[in-house]
Amino acid sequence: MTATDQRLATSSAPVRGAVDMTHGAGGRAMADLIRDVFQKHFNNDYLAQGNDGALLGKVHGRLVMATDAHVVSPLFFPGGDIGALAVHGTINDVAMMGARPLWLSASFILEEGFSLAALEKIVVSMALAAREAGVPVVTGDTKVVEKGKGDGVFISTTGIGVLADETDVSGSNARPGNAIIVSGTMGDHGVAILSKRENLDFETEITSDSQPLHNLVAAMLAAAPGVRVMRDPTRGGLSATLNEIAQQSKAGMVIREADVPVKPEVAAACELLGLDPLNIANEGKLVAICEAADAQVLLAVMQAHPKGRDAAVIGEVIADRHALVRMQTRLGGMRVVDWIAGEQLPRIC
Amino acid sequence: MKYVDEYRDQRLARTIAGAIAAEADPERSYHFMEFCGGHTHAIFRYGVQDLMPDNVHFVHGPGCPVCVLPVSRLDDAVELAERHGVILCTYGDMMRVPGTRQRSLIRAKADGADVRMVYSTLDALKIARENSDRQVVFFAIGFETTTPPTAVALKMAETEDLANFSVFCNHVLTPAAIGHILESPEVRGLGIVKIDGFLGPSHVSSVIGSQPYEFFAEEFQKPVVIAGFEPLDVMQSVLMLVRQVNEGRHEVENEYTRVVTQEGNLKAQALVSEVFELRKSFDWRGLGAVPYSALRIRDAYAGFDAEKRFGLSVKVTREVKSCECPSILRGVKKPTDCKLFGTVCTPQNPIGSCMVSSEGACAAYWSYGRFRDQKPASLEAAE
Repeated sequence: MTATDQRLATSSAPVRGAVDMTHGAGGRAMADLIRDVFQKHFNNDYLAQGNDGALLGKVHGRLVMATDAHVVSPLFFPGGDIGALAVHGTINDVAMMGARPLWLSASFILEEGFSLAALEKIVVSMALAAREAGVPVVTGDTKVVEKGKGDGVFISTTGIGVLADETDVSGSNARPGNAIIVSGTMGDHGVAILSKRENLDFETEITSDSQPLHNLVAAMLAAAPGVRVMRDPTRGGLSATLNEIAQQSKAGMVIREADVPVKPEVAAACELLGLDPLNIANEGKLVAICEAADAQVLLAVMQAHPKGRDAAVIGEVIADRHALVRMQTRLGGMRVVDWIAGEQLPRIC
Repeated sequence: MKYVDEYRDQRLARTIAGAIAAEADPERSYHFMEFCGGHTHAIFRYGVQDLMPDNVHFVHGPGCPVCVLPVSRLDDAVELAERHGVILCTYGDMMRVPGTRQRSLIRAKADGADVRMVYSTLDALKIARENSDRQVVFFAIGFETTTPPTAVALKMAETEDLANFSVFCNHVLTPAAIGHILESPEVRGLGIVKIDGFLGPSHVSSVIGSQPYEFFAEEFQKPVVIAGFEPLDVMQSVLMLVRQVNEGRHEVENEYTRVVTQEGNLKAQALVSEVFELRKSFDWRGLGAVPYSALRIRDAYAGFDAEKRFGLSVKVTREVKSCECPSILRGVKKPTDCKLFGTVCTPQNPIGSCMVSSEGACAAYWSYGRFRDQKPASLEAAE
């Protein structure tokens, strides 16, 4: 049973047929679609208000808002699907600010001809992901484009979260001497997607790591309120994320190849395809940077959490006016860890 | 990863590095050309240079298939995609190489040309079968390693009578290029490029064997050690080269015995000679016209030859003048000698082909090795 099938176990009678232009035309068909698919599965008090927008409660603290568009191909992949990914991706973007995610919005762009049963499967998965995370989808929108002008379904989600007064997490906060920690193995999501691509089908047990990280983040901040930077290494992988932080903080980094956790199956797939696991996307991992003195406490908290079991300290921030990220190779040499040029894998999130 | 990690082991690397340092004569320097881009990539990716003594240098050779393809042939490919309306199937790296006026296949694709990235010739055949109403051209590039799969594709196309499929053949030959470099004035007469020996190709040699290098070793008195692509292979081969130089030997030795034999893959060689024949001359970027250095499709398969099927125009090609790719490919200059390197020309915005492929010297320098030329402030302070 795939992860999506498991999510589907709660589903009732399937919706039949295909999306047509009337589903986006504002008439009866659209109202039916919203009622029978979106409202039915997302089902919460905010949506039940039935208005054009959701009236949200009062919040104490600074607000954080993040948005993410999802266009992954294939729509269903080992370990997840576009629906769950759209929830996890935005929750994680809010969480990486150190905030507690409160609400999500979701917009769907559907292609004429797309199977309504597949749409329902995606929405069920998305609703379950939102429920599991405790972050409801409170408002949404649907548009339909003509056949050939989309690719099945695109989902855009926006999240709002609240930040504790003492939290100060930013990509510009890394300082020389700080420790760099990752929450788990690198490259699982990208390789899982790659294994299902039309022209590259290969057998692997790898599943996407798509998961929400806000509870892990809350545990980390409770144990080490001084965490300076958090970011999820999605597109472009660890190398892009470290380079972004290095540039923002105007500091260099040195990491150790031997300390970066990579599953043997992911390493093998990358070896075969000529890819670098450091450049491969993750959807349920984070990079954290903290004072060296806090590193062991933080690491212990992460390793004790189910979403950070394989966490590891992988290197340090150093003073470097060129803001280069370098890596001590397993062999004992040194090299730059660069961002990838252009696209390595198309449409992975 | 079994059978891979063993060749990247730090303890063994230190042992070999110790042996090289002990045996390299401090009174002299050693310049070894790694012909293959695969070696260039491995040297930079694993930081092999850091384990070498200061007097052992790598000279990067022209063995990067994407890098040596002349602009004129790339322009031809763009023309096939744009003017002749074909589905052009290409290996990924070729997409980003800039042609005349910086026009690349990826730009042609953005403007509506049907250019598709494939992982193998079989993908191209599949596309041809699925699009019988369209002409499908496979943009064939590469050294002896990628030639047999192209030969297989041509034979399959003939067997299946796949009339809408053809191959734009740009396959080139390693021994001819090595010979050309050794005979060039920079190496032979002027001594601008110092070469004390060669790290011989890995995968190319698995096809052609070690025998074709015996002529160079003898005629030009240069040792050749055929080396695998793993970092420990490279280091062990450097040690073997140092020993040959020290002992005044110039032999072909094979470090990569787990794959390469003296005669090579006879079946692949037979297949290639059945489908292809030598071109009298072929232009290489950097090396210019090199006699008998490339292959064309034999008359028996002329029906699948894109050059014959489509009347390609004669073009005036233009390269960016300040781009030093040609000199870098000959080992005359280093990437850091180029004014464009890292300023105008980066992997994100490549001006020359050497910055496109991960096997290109400029891309390897920039992506993995540029800290060597831009020392972090903390290290500068420590020195």
